[in-house]
Amino acid sequence: MTIKETQEEIISEFAAFDDWLDKYNHLIELGKKLPPLDQKLKTEDNLIRGCQLKVWFHSTFKDGKVFFEVDSASTITQGIIFLLIRILSGQAPAEIKNADLYFIDKIGLRENFSPSRANGLYKMERQMKLDAAHYETELKAGEGG
Amino acid sequence: METSQKDFAFDVKKVRNDFPVLSQKVYGKPLVYFDNAATTQKPKVVIDTLKEMYSEHNSNIHRGVHYLSEKMTDRYEAARQKVQAYLNAKSYQEIIFTSGATGAINAAAFSFGEQYVKAGDEIIVSEMDHHSNIVPWQMLCGRKGAKLRVMPINERGELLLDEYKKLFNAKTKIVAVAHASNSLGTVNPVKEITAIAHKNNVPVLIDGAQAIQHGKVDVQEMDCDFYAFSGHKIYGPTGTGVLYGKERFLNEMPPYQGGGDMISRVRFEHTTYNDLPFKFEAGTPNYIGAVGLGAAIDYLNGLGLEKVQRYEKELLDYATAKLAAIQGLKIYGTAAEKICIFSFLLAGVHPYDAGMILDKMGGIAVRTGHHCTHPLWEHYKIEGTIRASLVFYNTFEEVDFFCETIKKVQKMFN
Repeated sequence: MTIKETQEEIISEFAAFDDWLDKYNHLIELGKKLPPLDQKLKTEDNLIRGCQLKVWFHSTFKDGKVFFEVDSASTITQGIIFLLIRILSGQAPAEIKNADLYFIDKIGLRENFSPSRANGLYKMERQMKLDAAHYETELKAGEGG
Repeated sequence: METSQKDFAFDVKKVRNDFPVLSQKVYGKPLVYFDNAATTQKPKVVIDTLKEMYSEHNSNIHRGVHYLSEKMTDRYEAARQKVQAYLNAKSYQEIIFTSGATGAINAAAFSFGEQYVKAGDEIIVSEMDHHSNIVPWQMLCGRKGAKLRVMPINERGELLLDEYKKLFNAKTKIVAVAHASNSLGTVNPVKEITAIAHKNNVPVLIDGAQAIQHGKVDVQEMDCDFYAFSGHKIYGPTGTGVLYGKERFLNEMPPYQGGGDMISRVRFEHTTYNDLPFKFEAGTPNYIGAVGLGAAIDYLNGLGLEKVQRYEKELLDYATAKLAAIQGLKIYGTAAEKICIFSFLLAGVHPYDAGMILDKMGGIAVRTGHHCTHPLWEHYKIEGTIRASLVFYNTFEEVDFFCETIKKVQKMFN
């Protein structure tokens, strides 16, 4: 599925929720499904520090696709991470780099990405695109060389 | 004469009407503002004072001979005298207006350091202090090649005075410690801490940011050498604050910032400095803010500090009992003497999640995270807490609602 198709799927899933409580209960359920990050990957280098909580972030590049492994101690943040990974992980670097993550606004989660939240999500979204750009450069260098 | 209950009766409903912010709704629910340690709300009289100053009286101070300038200078200096009286400082020359407690402590650390600190010297801070009363001293140590020593705490969040006494030696130059902890609510025995330091011929700076608004602060009785606080935490405007310093030190210390107003005469070969307190007030100060701070002090004195303190103690005792009764809730900071601050964790719920849901579900404003006290949470080996900080315009009903909502949050995650 493309990034756009996955976002549309998520938007229609969230359309079923009447209010913010149902939406956040669902995020909590999703958060519990997020696979825990290997302890070995919970290093200082992989830490995206927010004032309020930590997010560990690790990306790998295989067969032309970028894969993300991310974790946080906050269940709601884990739920949001679950959605981002569902959309972006396993996609080509160029697709990730240029992705318009409009689903965040459509399902009313924009406030969670505000820098003032200091929850690491704002930086993480940026990091996903930075890593994708880096892998795209690697890919092009490999093709050129 | 017997003091009756009526003398201390506190009409919290009436008082709440003085604070416009409190009457709003958040997500359709009445705001429950439990984030007073971050900043306090402002009474109408302070807001009106600021508006009046800007609308009718604005003029730079200490600079002009015209009517507006003279009148504003009088108001600014009257505000200084209000602060002097509030702190029971000996002289108005010991009251320096700053941008806040952080500005005050940075100024003190820098200037004190320039005068008195050299390589190999030591500075004592505490494990519970706010970054604003740690980092300026760390920076000073970095500049001078001095060393930081740390007063430890016990599990209840109380300073270990016996360990503190052991930290002194011939190299100790100053002690810097919080009057009250913004994270734990602990009120420290600052008079005793100062006495111990003075026995060792060491001066003391007290960070009063969390104590100034909760009861009487008497700098002469405490005998501290410096005292810092922020105006916005005592119901005054942001961008205001005070550094109190004993004249003897302030006279010897060089200025922190250079510029207009802090000078006596400027020549390229050599510049001489102005008298106290102006030596430490370079540039145009937040003079309207200072007048607003004066209005806030008047307001608080009008309520009666003893009444405020007594009511807040009742609120503290009530809330402590109610929170302690909630299963799965652990309070950090159980000192014998506290201000009305509760740092706690809910089993199985990250503080960030709890704070978000308390906000959305109940319109409850608390703070989550490490509250600018990283070393403190390292002591407890946790990442931070949910913090509720209450003052005299909070109610028992709000505490009840808070506890009910906490239980709903717990159900959501467990």
